[in-house]
Amino acid sequence: MFDTLSDRLGSVFDSLRGRGALKEEDVRAAMREVRIALLEADVALPVVRRFIDTVTERAVGEQVLRSVTPGQQVVKIVNDALVEMLGGTAEDGGSPDAAKLDLEAKPPVVIMMVGLQGSGKTTSTAKIAKRLKETEGKKVMMASLDVNRPAAQDQLKVLGEQAGVATLPIIAGQQPVEIANRAISSAKLQSFDVLMLDTAGRLHVDEALMAEMKAVAAVSTPKEVLLVVDSLTGQDAVNVAQSFTGEVPLTGVVLTRMDGDARGGAALSMRAVTGKPIKFAGTGEKLDAIEPFHPSRVANRILGM
Amino acid sequence: GGQTRLTDAQLDELEDALILSDLGPRAAMRIRDRLATRQFPRGSDERAIQEAVAEEIAEILRPVAKPLEVTAFPRPHVVLVIGVNGSGKTTTIAKLAHLFQEEDYAVMLAAGDTFRAAAIGQLKVWADRIGVPVVTGPEGGDPASVVFDGVKAATQQGIDALIVDTAGRLQNKRELMDELAKIRKVLGRLNPEAPHDVVLVLDATNGQNALAQIDVFKEVAGVTGLVMTKLDGTARGGVLVAAAEQYGLPIHAIGVGEGLDDLRPFDPDLVARVIAGVA
Ligand SMILES: Nc1nc2c(ncn2[C@@H]2O[C@H](COP(=O)(O)OP(=O)(O)OP(=O)(O)O)[C@@H](O)[C@H]2O)c(=O)[nH]1
Ligand SMILES: Nc1nc2c(ncn2[C@@H]2O[C@H](COP(=O)(O)OP(=O)(O)OP(=O)(O)O)[C@@H](O)[C@H]2O)c(=O)[nH]1
Ligand SMILES: [K+]
Ligand SMILES: [Mg+2]
Ligand SMILES: [Mg+2]
Repeated sequence: MFDTLSDRLGSVFDSLRGRGALKEEDVRAAMREVRIALLEADVALPVVRRFIDTVTERAVGEQVLRSVTPGQQVVKIVNDALVEMLGGTAEDGGSPDAAKLDLEAKPPVVIMMVGLQGSGKTTSTAKIAKRLKETEGKKVMMASLDVNRPAAQDQLKVLGEQAGVATLPIIAGQQPVEIANRAISSAKLQSFDVLMLDTAGRLHVDEALMAEMKAVAAVSTPKEVLLVVDSLTGQDAVNVAQSFTGEVPLTGVVLTRMDGDARGGAALSMRAVTGKPIKFAGTGEKLDAIEPFHPSRVANRILGM
Repeated sequence: GGQTRLTDAQLDELEDALILSDLGPRAAMRIRDRLATRQFPRGSDERAIQEAVAEEIAEILRPVAKPLEVTAFPRPHVVLVIGVNGSGKTTTIAKLAHLFQEEDYAVMLAAGDTFRAAAIGQLKVWADRIGVPVVTGPEGGDPASVVFDGVKAATQQGIDALIVDTAGRLQNKRELMDELAKIRKVLGRLNPEAPHDVVLVLDATNGQNALAQIDVFKEVAGVTGLVMTKLDGTARGGVLVAAAEQYGLPIHAIGVGEGLDDLRPFDPDLVARVIAGVA
């Protein structure tokens, strides 16, 4: 998915590396190219600005420009900044390695999935449930609180059957908070380890639906609240991330459709705009198409290393 | 009084605003360059500049505004609806069916997404709500054969418009794209003119990748027009500007919500004002 971005950056870097000496103007010209490449990859504008400023400041320093291999050093500065953008550094609590789900709580541990319409919440719910069951031996139940989209609850039920994961029986006419309460009692009664709550898609500007989401979070006290984001997302990513972050205690991000040919802008900006780690990458429609997200690996792929 | 050019700072601000509306850096730069050569009354405020930007964009969008119409003769008029996963195809089909029905056409749906969990059920619920017939096949079955059955039934029953749902697919999946080409072929076997329209549904929250979607779906499936959904949020759909410049495909309508009435004709002046930040 990052091929085109990696090609674009690669040609900028080749021209940097190709020279013996570097002047400040050369670095600035290269950064203008990097800026366009990142924006064409849909990296959020405020994130691009900060990135370019940081990199430029570090790269135009005396030590870099006077060094024996200035081009090489600038490339390294860009690489480090990319890893930081994707996963943060040890200093800000992030890690270049994959972030795990935190399930250390009294069972049933609740995981709540939120996000815009069509971002991939229901599919990701089933994928994560299957993974927890198969790789961690957890007893998982899923419940759909989506009373808006036609056949949404059926969709989760079918996915549960495919994944071999239990779903809360559907009772027509129940509202999201009622369903959440029923799911919690039922999960307690049947001693499930984990309860996954799939919610309806909502736009962050929809006050009624945002209030409903908060009410569900209030009754279910989720240990993890995962924002599911389409990796094809454009500049709206910032608005979405900020609004959801402001309404519920997000603990991480799931990036879906990483199997597409988007240039990965959302992957690059999400950490920066939510301040939360990307925990999983969805890589297909099938239920095992999900992977932990490794910031440093992704940065390396973008840089073609 | 007097006339003057915009300052670099004003142009920078304008360009950034366009990028935030998803125009992409290059299209934003082109519009910036056009505005840079213009004279403005001295002391023009931000609003006046945005109005000028809206006018530039509207000029690009006006030629592509064109509603979807039921015109085929002989009937049925077949509309194939395609796009990436979750873009809003099925919901848009329900809205279109509702619109056609209000125009007094007899409508039928075909459930060509046999793959996604409960996709058939989703379309059936919509069909029930609107009160139109829907042709379905078995889950996991061959979509081309459902579509074939759909055209046959629609022809026999004197239906005016048959709208065909398909599974979401990313444009870089070769096999899934070939399946679309096959569906097209099968449609043509019963009626050489079909599909009369191939509508690509774009999600406004998608960014520059929408251009790649248009490019590949056009090549493989012969897209004839676009619908953009989810414009009821904060995404502004600026990618339509670059799309109009590069492909000139008709834009039929926009989606502004999840309900049946949430489909609007594509109004280039209004969308231009939204993209420019004045509406
Ligand atoms: N290619 C690909 N498709 C995906 C991925 N994740 C989800 N999808 C598809 O995206 C579409 C939407 O997924 P859903 O899980 O229904 O999305 P949702 O967020 O629950 O949608 P709403 O409930 O309507 O808001 C479906 O066609 C899924 O098969 C992914 O990682 N890759
Ligand atoms: N806010 C808003 N939501 C929309 C709009 N159009 C569709 N949706 C929602 O987006 C989600 C996905 O819509 P679908 O119609 O299922 O999308 P699809 O393209 O058929 O999805 P797949 O078949 O899984 O590829 C649903 O939750 C819809 O209600 C729109 O214009 N505005
Ligand atoms: K957009
Ligand atoms: Mg869902
Ligand atoms: Mg669909």
